[in-house]
Amino acid sequence: MDYILTEEQLMIRDLARQIAVEKIVPVRAELDEHNKFPTDVMKAIAQADLLGLYIPEQYGGLGKGSLDFYIAIEELSKACLGVSTTYAANALGTYPLLLFGTDEQKKKYLPDIASGKKYVAFGLTEANAGSDASGIQTTARLEGNEYVLNGTKQWITNGGEADVYTVIAITDKSKGPRGASAFVVDKGTPGFTFGKKENKMGIRASSTTELIFNNCRIPKDNIIAKQGMGFIVAMKTLDSSRAGVGSQGVGVAQGAIDEAIKFARGRVQFGQPVTSFQAIQHMLADMQTQTEAARALVYSVARMIDSGAKDFSRASAMAKLFATDVAMKVTTDAVQVMGGSGYMKEYPVEKMMRDAKILQIYEGTNQIQRTVIGLDMIKEASKAK
Amino acid sequence: MNIIVLVKQVPDTSEVKINRETNTLIRDGVPSIINPYDRYAIEEALRLREKHGGKVTALTMGPPQAAEALKEAVSLGVDDVVLLSDRAFAGADTWATSYAISMGIRKIGQYDLIIAGKQAIDGDTAQVGPETADMLGLPFIAYIRKIEKVENNTMVVERLMDEGYDVVETALPCVITVVKEINEPRVPSLKGKMKAKSLKVAPWSAKDIAADESKLGLKGSPTQVVRIFPPAPRGQREMLSGPLEEQAAAVVKKLKEQSLI
Repeated sequence: MDYILTEEQLMIRDLARQIAVEKIVPVRAELDEHNKFPTDVMKAIAQADLLGLYIPEQYGGLGKGSLDFYIAIEELSKACLGVSTTYAANALGTYPLLLFGTDEQKKKYLPDIASGKKYVAFGLTEANAGSDASGIQTTARLEGNEYVLNGTKQWITNGGEADVYTVIAITDKSKGPRGASAFVVDKGTPGFTFGKKENKMGIRASSTTELIFNNCRIPKDNIIAKQGMGFIVAMKTLDSSRAGVGSQGVGVAQGAIDEAIKFARGRVQFGQPVTSFQAIQHMLADMQTQTEAARALVYSVARMIDSGAKDFSRASAMAKLFATDVAMKVTTDAVQVMGGSGYMKEYPVEKMMRDAKILQIYEGTNQIQRTVIGLDMIKEASKAK
Repeated sequence: MNIIVLVKQVPDTSEVKINRETNTLIRDGVPSIINPYDRYAIEEALRLREKHGGKVTALTMGPPQAAEALKEAVSLGVDDVVLLSDRAFAGADTWATSYAISMGIRKIGQYDLIIAGKQAIDGDTAQVGPETADMLGLPFIAYIRKIEKVENNTMVVERLMDEGYDVVETALPCVITVVKEINEPRVPSLKGKMKAKSLKVAPWSAKDIAADESKLGLKGSPTQVVRIFPPAPRGQREMLSGPLEEQAAAVVKKLKEQSLI
């Protein structure tokens, strides 16, 4: 399929593909096996300017749009979702500053984020607050010129590795959803530590830890947007990043298809390559058709965002939901096409299947995405009459 | 520190076909890349620039399409490029090539170090580096696996040998060729790729580099290729490991099995 990409977008695709082939594929199994953060790969990504893709030029980035960014995510995801999760979570942590930061905050943080000098993480989830973000228990109390943070964030991607953390905490419990605020916290601030590194089923190259705040004092100016806007910051951040998870789904699905077809062409049973059997042909056809449909949806949503659409919650939820469900199915089918070999660690598809599962869970489970889509449809219908 | 990197555009395949009539390589229809060993040379030059400042210039000789290799060098971060391209250069062997390159380097003028890959993957001669050094009257060291330090117009390097390595100190300027152990080449940057895309490479002709035409191209090439053939395949080999006594016993056993002793 030709998506009529610009010359620059093709350049981004080729560059991300080169990083995937030269820097990620040779090490992905080891990163996975040993739960190792992809330090060298992230350096290569930074050196290639890809960490600054979505950051405005005035702050040291390249000022590109969502589609440009998603193309990079997709290519990295073809090789390793652990790496692409590290890469995409960096953007997730940056969005609060990008969307709501003051010029001063942007000047302070964005150039270092664009160059890869500083990595970023986004801290929303807690033990009792995942899909239900209103369950947040981490508090931020204003004392003079400082906010005092207390509480524990859970399952935070890039935890421990990031230098900058954008965190949602409750500033006024009595106000419900309007009582949350967003903050930026630097690593090394007294009272801010990390819990254990999680031992995950997949995306094991990415770091996942707790963020522990124990009377952690940060300057008052570290608030992002106004006090009480924390939920809006979080929701807009997730709206902006969600379709990017869809592009991770497209990438891992395509990566699995590429492996499966390469294997199937060489696998001989009953005296002929298994690709000569209709059963395999039909599986491959379904896998590619579903992946292509997912790609078309993700790119359409990216173009909608890039054209300046204000409300894209439903669209980005659909892209995330569809592409990640496809990713789970296609990676599972890739293992099936490859049979016993697919199940073995000598081949990368079992890892792709393990990795793909998280896409249906993080940044809003696919059940929550359906709720977002359904409620938006009903809201629109009720307005129409 | 001003560095000149010698690069060569080569066909992207290890299975180059040979024209049996002319005994030259068939390049048509084969995509071209920077000689892989030259990517290590470029990387080392960029790292030296990052450490010591200065400028990196990539130089190549070839047909007009060799500009693509120079553009790739720009996408990786080199500052300047020189393309030697002229019909007068055509058909050059390594000697005539080195002459043209040495004249190109003389025209560039200012440099502290010249780096090349240990050899090109198409011709595999490993001659252009040393011949260029000779024509420029510069010291030459091959197979560098590490540049230890650069200071006061001298440089200390490690030269990879079959068994271990040599530590060599040299005066600058000099010419070195590097092996793949020296570094891990970077991928291009997006800004570099954009810069490369808009770059126009104006070639230098034989006249531009004030070359003696009788020393260029086919005319200036003493090499005559009589015949090209693949070397006879070696027999099957097996590497033994473990304690020496066990290895010796295994050798004896195998020789006996084949009734050789």
